[in-house]
Amino acid sequence: MALQVDDAVAGETPGHAHPGRRGVPRRAGAVRRWFEIALLAFLAVVMLFPVVWMLETSLKENRDVYAVPAKLLGFDVTFDHYKDVFIQRGGSGASDLATNFKNSVLVAGLSTALATLLGVPAAWAYSRFPIKMKKDQLFFILSTRFMPPVVVVIPIFLMYRDLGLIDTKLGLILIYTAFNLPFTIWMMKGFVDEVPGEYEDAAMLDGYSRLEAFFRVTLPLLVPGIAATAVFALIFSWNEFVLAIFLTSSESARTAPPAIAGLIGGTTIDWGLVAASAMVFAAPVLLFAFLVRKHLVAGVTLGAVRR
Amino acid sequence: MARIQITDLHKRFPDGTVAVEQLDLAIADGELFVMLGPSGCGKTTTLRAIAGLERQTGGHIDIGDVRVDDLAPAERDIAMVFQFYALYPHLRTRDNIAFPLRAEGLPADEVDRRVAEAARMLQLEPLLTRRPSRLSGGEQQRVALARALVRQPEAFLMDEPLTNLDAEIRADMRTEIKHLQARLGTTMVYVTHDQLEAMSLGHRIAILNKGRLEQVGTPMEVYDRPATLFCARFIGSPPMNLLPVEVADGALRGTGGLALRPPDGLARGRAVVAGVRPEALELVAPREDAVPARVVSEEALGDEVIYVVEAGGQDLRVRMPPASRFEAGSAVGLRHTGGPPPVYDPQTELVVA
Repeated sequence: MALQVDDAVAGETPGHAHPGRRGVPRRAGAVRRWFEIALLAFLAVVMLFPVVWMLETSLKENRDVYAVPAKLLGFDVTFDHYKDVFIQRGGSGASDLATNFKNSVLVAGLSTALATLLGVPAAWAYSRFPIKMKKDQLFFILSTRFMPPVVVVIPIFLMYRDLGLIDTKLGLILIYTAFNLPFTIWMMKGFVDEVPGEYEDAAMLDGYSRLEAFFRVTLPLLVPGIAATAVFALIFSWNEFVLAIFLTSSESARTAPPAIAGLIGGTTIDWGLVAASAMVFAAPVLLFAFLVRKHLVAGVTLGAVRR
Repeated sequence: MARIQITDLHKRFPDGTVAVEQLDLAIADGELFVMLGPSGCGKTTTLRAIAGLERQTGGHIDIGDVRVDDLAPAERDIAMVFQFYALYPHLRTRDNIAFPLRAEGLPADEVDRRVAEAARMLQLEPLLTRRPSRLSGGEQQRVALARALVRQPEAFLMDEPLTNLDAEIRADMRTEIKHLQARLGTTMVYVTHDQLEAMSLGHRIAILNKGRLEQVGTPMEVYDRPATLFCARFIGSPPMNLLPVEVADGALRGTGGLALRPPDGLARGRAVVAGVRPEALELVAPREDAVPARVVSEEALGDEVIYVVEAGGQDLRVRMPPASRFEAGSAVGLRHTGGPPPVYDPQTELVVA
């Protein structure tokens, strides 16, 4: 039956059957490309508008922030808001926000490092060795990510209170590590699967132990995958809001997301400061993703092409 | 350099598959020993057990005078070449070859000297700074060989090393491996499913099937006198003709009317299977002293012609010189020119005479 249909289609004259695709291919292609460009340009404007607005607001004087109609161009550029993000207004010491950002860097960085440190060897083990009930174990590991963090925040709050981890950076580092670990194991297992076990076999016959084989051969080959996985873990930890707002209260432990949210509220809102701190908040992840972009693309597309 | 002794080897995988049922092998010091068999016959598993990459579920392996059952691969002092070469992709050729030497912690100048020597032996000097992705298949294979021999191990293990090469390079590499082994005199265990490779390389060949040993012998022993019907079907291209025959009137007689010289010591009237090589048969124009047959097909291979002829309801393969001219469908005469063929018991499938 399928054969007959194919034959029927093949038998039709091209121009008659598909005027758009086959009849006048060149002009149709050009029209299509212009349409694509227009569509993408439109989407880019829509997507980037909030970012551009934020950037402008962070650079405007306060009076320009409230100007109606809004000044898209031709406003006086000021970096006062950025100064306010880092330096105590009127004083000379570091601002609270600066502490929050420092906390964020520490918490996101350490939790990502910890999740990678634990997750990569675990992924290697799950990929290479026969483990009893491997599938069930992997499913269990993944299942811890099924529910959103807010569901477990109260039990965690109570446990943390007893353990003295409330309002500490260590508490946040541990909980973010726990949330990143399943994801790291799963994603890294895929990358380890892609590295043939023969390399380790060869290294072991070349006189190395299994662990040496892992560190000298497999690990260097996993670097792109680790970079890709770490970026995702870092973004999660960096952006995380719910757990941070429940588990921290003092500025000394609080990370940037709840701190920036805290700027909104009260009687007057310093939109310039909000915008500037949001820009500062967005920068590190952009920068990091830019630095590892080569690995990121390689990591995300790995396995899409059969060797 | 060392002999390798395999005693009562058995390997069952955790999922229950039995890869090696029962295997005894004695590989002599300095021997090029080929393990041949179809996929799933247990040859690669046996090799990996010798290497220490698989732990056998029964039996023992000795390399030299050392029982290696409980030794890690690194402690067995053997080198292996893999089917996919397993060159470390992040290392240049030089570092790939030096990799096993660095494990031994040799001084840098000694490492350089040995790498240079191995590179010279395999003509790899111009490729030393390339990464594996920039090497052709044949070049990768030579690097893998260099990495194996640079350490001067007790034995080489080769796991179908030529399978992924183009036909012409494969023939060259085969010669190269053979020369290399002869020059170094190191024991080599070579696994392949290619009988041509096995015949041309091996001092001795072990034919494996379903995790058991079918036959061990020199290439010519295995070719001339396959020990089992499985070997008879497996060795030779085209394979042996297997004719059901009976001993009668001092000859082996089958349905087609062919009379073969019987080997000594066969009981009269016994039903057996005779293995007749295609080159032990000959086609002639139809005549008195030849069995009437009909040509079914012809395959002209340039250096020879393979005919399939039908005689007495059975298809037989005949190898003839390239000058022979018999049309498909024509009537011909079939003659047996060889000596007494090996005969097999149809029940036990073993050679009986």
